[in-house]
Amino acid sequence: MSEIFKILQNRILVLDGAMGTMLQRYKFDEADYRGERFKDFPHPLKGNNDLLSLTQPQAIAEVHRKYFEAGADIVETNTFSGTSIGMADYHMEDLVYELNYESAKIAKLVAKEFTKTNPTKPRFVAGSIGPTNRTASLSPDVNRPEYRAITFEELRIAYKEQVEALIDGGVDMLLVETIFDTLNAKAALFAIEEVKEVRQIDIPVMVSGTITDASGRTLSGQTVEAFMASVSHIPLLSIGFNCALGAEQLKPYLQRLAQKTDFFTSAHPNAGLPNAFGEYDQTPKEMQALIKDYMDHELVNIIGGCCGTTPEHIKAIAEVAKEYRPRPLKTAANV
Amino acid sequence: MSNCNYLTLSGLEPLVVTPESNFINVGERTNVTGSRKFLRLIQEENFSEALDIARHQVEGGAQILDVNMDEGMLDGVQAMTTFLNLIASEPDIARIPIMIDSSKWEIIEAGLRVVQGKCVVNSISLKEGEAEFIRQAKLIKRYGAAVIVMAFDEQGQADNYERRIEICERSYNILVDIVRFSPEDIIFDPNIFPVATGMEEHRKNAIDFFKATQWIRENLPCVNVSGGVSNVSFSFRGNDTVREAMHSAFLYHAIKHGMTMGIVNPAMLEVYDEIPKDLLEHVEDVLLDRRDDATERLLEFAEKVKGQKKDDNTKVQEWRQEPLQERITHALVKGIDAFIVDDVEEARQSVARPIEVIEGHLMKGMNVVGDLFGSGKMFLPQVVKSARVMKKAVAYLQPFIEKDKDSTAKSAGRILLATVKGDVHDIGKNIVSVVLGCNNYDIIDLGVMVPPEKIIQTAIEENVDVIGLSGLITPSLDEMVYVSKAMEEKGFHIPLMIGGATTSRAHSAVKIAPNYSNTVVHVNDASRAVTVVGNLLQKDNRVYKEQIREEYENFREQFLGRSKQKEYVTLEEARKRKFQINWERADIIKPNQLGIQVLQDFNISILEDYIDWTPFFRSWDLHGKYPDILTDQVVGNQASELFNDAQKLLQKIFKEKLLKAKAVFGLFPANTINVDDIEFSTALKQTNELSPRAESRGLTKFLTLRQQLKKREGVPNFALADFIAPKDTGIQDYIGCFCATTGFGTDEIAKEFEANHDDYNAIMIKALADRLAEAFAEYLHEQVRKKFWGYAAEENLSNDQLISEHYKGIRPAPGYPACPDHLEKKTIWDVLNVEETIGVKLTESLAMWPAASVSGYYFGNKEAKYFGLGKITNDQLEDYAKRRQLSKEVAEKWLSPNLVE
Repeated sequence: MSEIFKILQNRILVLDGAMGTMLQRYKFDEADYRGERFKDFPHPLKGNNDLLSLTQPQAIAEVHRKYFEAGADIVETNTFSGTSIGMADYHMEDLVYELNYESAKIAKLVAKEFTKTNPTKPRFVAGSIGPTNRTASLSPDVNRPEYRAITFEELRIAYKEQVEALIDGGVDMLLVETIFDTLNAKAALFAIEEVKEVRQIDIPVMVSGTITDASGRTLSGQTVEAFMASVSHIPLLSIGFNCALGAEQLKPYLQRLAQKTDFFTSAHPNAGLPNAFGEYDQTPKEMQALIKDYMDHELVNIIGGCCGTTPEHIKAIAEVAKEYRPRPLKTAANV
Repeated sequence: MSNCNYLTLSGLEPLVVTPESNFINVGERTNVTGSRKFLRLIQEENFSEALDIARHQVEGGAQILDVNMDEGMLDGVQAMTTFLNLIASEPDIARIPIMIDSSKWEIIEAGLRVVQGKCVVNSISLKEGEAEFIRQAKLIKRYGAAVIVMAFDEQGQADNYERRIEICERSYNILVDIVRFSPEDIIFDPNIFPVATGMEEHRKNAIDFFKATQWIRENLPCVNVSGGVSNVSFSFRGNDTVREAMHSAFLYHAIKHGMTMGIVNPAMLEVYDEIPKDLLEHVEDVLLDRRDDATERLLEFAEKVKGQKKDDNTKVQEWRQEPLQERITHALVKGIDAFIVDDVEEARQSVARPIEVIEGHLMKGMNVVGDLFGSGKMFLPQVVKSARVMKKAVAYLQPFIEKDKDSTAKSAGRILLATVKGDVHDIGKNIVSVVLGCNNYDIIDLGVMVPPEKIIQTAIEENVDVIGLSGLITPSLDEMVYVSKAMEEKGFHIPLMIGGATTSRAHSAVKIAPNYSNTVVHVNDASRAVTVVGNLLQKDNRVYKEQIREEYENFREQFLGRSKQKEYVTLEEARKRKFQINWERADIIKPNQLGIQVLQDFNISILEDYIDWTPFFRSWDLHGKYPDILTDQVVGNQASELFNDAQKLLQKIFKEKLLKAKAVFGLFPANTINVDDIEFSTALKQTNELSPRAESRGLTKFLTLRQQLKKREGVPNFALADFIAPKDTGIQDYIGCFCATTGFGTDEIAKEFEANHDDYNAIMIKALADRLAEAFAEYLHEQVRKKFWGYAAEENLSNDQLISEHYKGIRPAPGYPACPDHLEKKTIWDVLNVEETIGVKLTESLAMWPAASVSGYYFGNKEAKYFGLGKITNDQLEDYAKRRQLSKEVAEKWLSPNLVE
């Protein structure tokens, strides 16, 4: 049984907050994104945040450091769009392995630093695996409902490449997140299982779906329970939700999940809902109160933040998490 | 047990099967093997109506939707992918979980790749051995699906209690211990078989299922049990009262023993409590095997129940009391010819001119038939029977009309029909001819093997409105292309209809339509012919014709676009990736009797048990698997009636020895040379030993073709030659070949029927002759396996198992998917002296005459299997031409359907 599994039985673990929100503070321009290495690259690169792991590695390390300082147990690698499918927008498919490998290295290095300073609170790195910008079970063309812009096989191959690089780079676990189309996630899980089998390794896997609005369903139409049933075929470390909603809106769905799943649960909600300018203005204090409510109801084992959350938010969350026992695992008694 | 998780499936919403759940009902109409309508809709790509069927199932309370695309004429992978993608866009259907139903792994996998929810795979089993079972189960787990496991292993299907539990337990242990499959995701199908068949060994079929179900639920923790219920009552087909009672009673007990889900036709189910006490007692006696005479008692009782319900005699009386027009219409709709002459005579006396009976009374009746047929309430065999009555009526009126000189029946149009040069198959064409004929078209039927010049010349002389071409073997496709070109040259302006088993919309759109500036239309079943011709010949047909042209152009573009996506490997590479058999360890058995054997006057009635009926129904446009088709919700009644008529004629064939069965076959020492050629020796001494002196003279070669489609790593590119030991191994291997016919006599009998205006039986005799020929080939193969070659002397298989080819070794036929090269037949003919010994001839397109004949090879290796060659590329064409000593152009002509565009 993995170390993290044992720790999770004893305490609530804190995940980091948003990477994108933090990177905005650096106000990087096109030249910064390019760095020396890509100064002659024929396509614009600004906005390719994953690339910053190669061109501004110190900034990425700094963000990780800030989250660890705030009390996070786990940080996510800067690889949300790190597949050949996501990188195609920037014509950087060939860099996928390197991006993931280096991102994992950076995060792992910072984590080791912190573990060394305080061995009683070991720090972990989760390899972030995003949904890509295509959907395998929805047609982008209303007039051709049978058409798909991406297939399971294409996704599987792309995810496999990302997974291998993340593992080679030393991540402690994999986090398939922001799942708005369950079929995409199933392709990612398939790829992970393949890599696990070939390498004869076991690595913890976290899965996190996204409930897009008050309908209570994923973008691809599944209810909480249907989503759970569709991704629980391999042993997961945790299952949970992130993004799209704030902690308050997410609660009813998290409740249903926590009641039914045998796995640990996770949540990393946004800092509330965006305002009219698309900004998140829920304060750390406000978010803390909502998360405290989660703990009172024993809803989570892993808690963090998504869009709009900052080290200040994570600090506030870590403060309450420390005070609570984790949600008991349903089958823990039988294990 | 309480530690089990519940089986949890999902579409957009979850389905949790708990101990408290009621029986889970699986919707089964979106299955091309079980629903003719669904098949038609998928073939026509009428997806909106196909989705309506799915929606209807969900609205009707189905909790899981079974989707099956296993039909030879469909691209199953493509059809499964498209249909499931479409379902994903319909939230009211996608709500419930999908059951991906196929016997082909690649179709299952295609389904698993497009469904986001947790679905059920139906099914896998140990049939192909543990390795394949584990491979598939592992993948299913990785795709995140539950699985139905059939009680089936390397030895065959479990048919008693012990075998059921043995196989299920073994499957369970492999799944749980080796594959680490979650036990709650396993659903067993322990095989529901018919009871009360009169066979001693079937007495325990139901009770063994119950007991096995109970054993499974008690001993294999967390699993569910499923099954297809309608099988159990198979021997009472035609007696719905008994069947419905039997289904309910069966389910009642099965559920009590632990069956949790299944495929049940709700229309064929009586409420358990409403089954009359005496009937229930008789039914349960049989199901539970409570008395030695249970079957006899139920059979006796069933007759009574049947009688109660129908009361045929009074009904007959009743319709005879109706007014004249109603009687004629009734006779036409029901296909009853007993009174038609009397009725027509009465009608003739009531009108001024005899022609008015045809244009009035009879046409009114036929219009009703047409409407019922058009709306799917009548089926092809019924229409053909109607036509028989019509013809009889017209024949009676003919002399009166002749006398009444001036009148001529006004025809709806003149249609020329022909089976093209080199092809002798005409069942489909004859059905079209009859159907069109009874819709008042003038049919000029040129018969079979009609040269193109004759088609063109007749069309001009007879001034026809439509030409319809038919064919069954692949070279006929080229003949049709040729005719279309000739029509263009002669400046024809009439539509060309294409039909027959090997034709397809793709071929018509891609290969024929571009040659001809008027309309080319592919008619895939006879029932559509009337509508199509009607539309083509209506006064303002411009719009319809443009529609077709546009549709075909779109289709052509799509098709050409699609075919380019496939990747092929070079012949050299394909040969490197050939199927490998470990010859050192291969169990090669020398045939008991090498050389050639002839069966001249075979007792044809032996073949009854060997008949595979499913294709018989297909030839009548009734789609579904036998015996399930007899109880099909839509076509069941019709199929049963057709089956009864077929049985009558079949018994007559046996009794009066109407057809002659003859066969010739040979077994020879053989080895593969140059990777793809099989060299064999026909020179034998009296002692059955190879004669050294004659060796060089007696050597002949079969040429095989190799798959070139690029496959995933580890999957071989097959050629038949892979199943015979290569010469350089030094191991002596063997091969056989054969020709069997039951066709002699068919044409004469058909003509006799035609002369009596009985097209129904004229078509029937040909359809039966075809089935008997296949049955003969099956019988012969069994004899070869057990006796003449003797490598499977111990084999003991039921007819079903024979049909589903559970035996060791294969008998592929030239002209079919594994060896599409018809020229191989010439080699077989030379080697076996087929024409001299049994009289079966080859036409210039290498079709066999009589049509009801089968030829092929025998491969005895236990690893030999059927495969489809698929497309080959230019390098193999050139190589083949060299090996066959043909010019590339001639080789191209023969292999054209298999060449990459």
